[in-house]
Amino acid sequence: MTTTATPRTSTSAGGGLTGRLTTDTGSQRSRGDYVVLAVFVAVAAAVPFVLSASDMAIANRVLIFAIMGVGWNIMAGFGGMFSFGHAAYFGIGAYATAYGVVVLGLSPWLGMLLGIAISVAAGVGISYLALRYKLTGAYYTMSTFAFAEALRLFVIGNDALNRTVGFTIPVQQGSSLVDFQFPAGSPWYYWIGLGLLGMCLLASILFVRSRPGRFTIAARDDDVAAAALGIDVLRHKLFAVAVSAAITAVAGTYYVQYYMFVDPEIAFGAAASNDAIITAVVGGTGTIWGPIVGAIIMAPLSDVVTGFLRTPPPGFEWLAGHGGLDIILYAVILVAVVILLPKGVYGTLVSRRRKS
Amino acid sequence: MTAVLEATGISKSFRGLQALRGVDISVEEGQILGVIGANGAGKTTLFNCITGNFPPTSGTVRLDGADVTGQPAHKLAHRGMVRTFQLMRPFHTMTVLENVEIAAMSRGARGGTARREAGETVERTGLGEWADQLSGSLPAAMQKRLELARALAMRPRVLLLDEVLAGLVPAERAPVLDLLENLRDTEGMTMVFIEHIMAAVRRLSDHVVMMDSGAVLATGSADEVLTDPQVVEAYLGKEASDA
Repeated sequence: MTTTATPRTSTSAGGGLTGRLTTDTGSQRSRGDYVVLAVFVAVAAAVPFVLSASDMAIANRVLIFAIMGVGWNIMAGFGGMFSFGHAAYFGIGAYATAYGVVVLGLSPWLGMLLGIAISVAAGVGISYLALRYKLTGAYYTMSTFAFAEALRLFVIGNDALNRTVGFTIPVQQGSSLVDFQFPAGSPWYYWIGLGLLGMCLLASILFVRSRPGRFTIAARDDDVAAAALGIDVLRHKLFAVAVSAAITAVAGTYYVQYYMFVDPEIAFGAAASNDAIITAVVGGTGTIWGPIVGAIIMAPLSDVVTGFLRTPPPGFEWLAGHGGLDIILYAVILVAVVILLPKGVYGTLVSRRRKS
Repeated sequence: MTAVLEATGISKSFRGLQALRGVDISVEEGQILGVIGANGAGKTTLFNCITGNFPPTSGTVRLDGADVTGQPAHKLAHRGMVRTFQLMRPFHTMTVLENVEIAAMSRGARGGTARREAGETVERTGLGEWADQLSGSLPAAMQKRLELARALAMRPRVLLLDEVLAGLVPAERAPVLDLLENLRDTEGMTMVFIEHIMAAVRRLSDHVVMMDSGAVLATGSADEVLTDPQVVEAYLGKEASDA
């Protein structure tokens, strides 16, 4: 066959909601991602030698945001299933760890595995029901929100889970990698969090390269066409949900071991879902590295806003103790990013670099 | 010869709308069945019922003699029945090559084999120059070819083509027709195609079914159907008949 039209000289445009997908699926580019990951982890590992102890608290917050963003991005960015209920998986990870440590006397690492298992089962179960019965788009999003809220209310009403009190991890003397406990200000929290983030990023890269990952992306682009080409859309979407839920549960474990406390609002409240969403959206959904960029931007901003509300500067004393300002600010940022940088910061940068 | 694909008594209702009324079609191995009819006649709905996009309200679909009625699209694709779409459905964030590679992978090809096979199919369908283009940015005519390329990468036994020539200028149609003819003659591929271009219907079809208002109005060879007074009246128009 011959063509009568001619292609443009430029090759795949990058960026976009899924701009990197056209390159991330190529093996050469994916090898590049592994190199970037190794360099990122190596450079980031030096952060405790540079930052002060107070700044390290923000760095740890960046890690939590980043893991949550990476997790959300698998499901929403690559899978096309916009979740507003990732607090469910974060909360399950946090509560499974806390309950395992406090009540069952387990190692937090076993608690993490328990949290991953429960999160995956819950995510796959609720998504199966939602997708099986054609809850798509906004309806699917609402079902995820409802699920997280239901879990929050369940925990609040459950004596075994200490109702609204939540759990406080008992402090142990000295450092213990097995017990995931270190003295306050220890860089080990950061290094372990960085290791977990590295593994989550590796999982993200492997997912995008894998057959299930590529089929998931195809189904996100057009599920009818994907099915017509033999792709079991439901099965692959559920696989994406499982990976996403597992990663987000890891963030919950890390949170509870770092802050040594969790309650229903922290674990299952909408703020946790917001953190996951805004991190990925600001950085760039459907990209491997967007959530990292988003976390580096949003976690320090979150800390600034929290500090601002705790001790407002002169003239803003009236804001003291008013919760919710951070949510309002997030909403404004989210709307601004969607309008001005729909590809997110990272996605836009990649896109502009390729066009130039 | 036995029918590779046989749909019997296919009816489909969308609440109050009766889209299909007991449609029967049958195509034998290595043959091409043309389906014609005015817009809204139910041709694409028939494809959707046959290929598992949605189940028929009543009727039976048999593939190689096995009852596959209501089976989901992905299972039917793996049984060898693959379709294209009238309104193109590219995986818009992927390149042309990656689109076709997805189909090859779905069939079972792995790694470099999938990519090599995809490359060969892209070349065969005249998309070589466009291989690295994002499929969402392709001109409509190229997206039509991509639909065909993806379907061929599945190596179907039965290929259902929904207006694969629509939007192509005459110079672009000829190579597509050559390819389809070649697929039948050299590979024995069985095809069902919906088409409005009567020259293509005459050239390719071993058998033609004309649909009107969700039912089969006429069936037979291309010459028989296209000269049938009812078909002329309902679809082609008096002028076409006179021409």
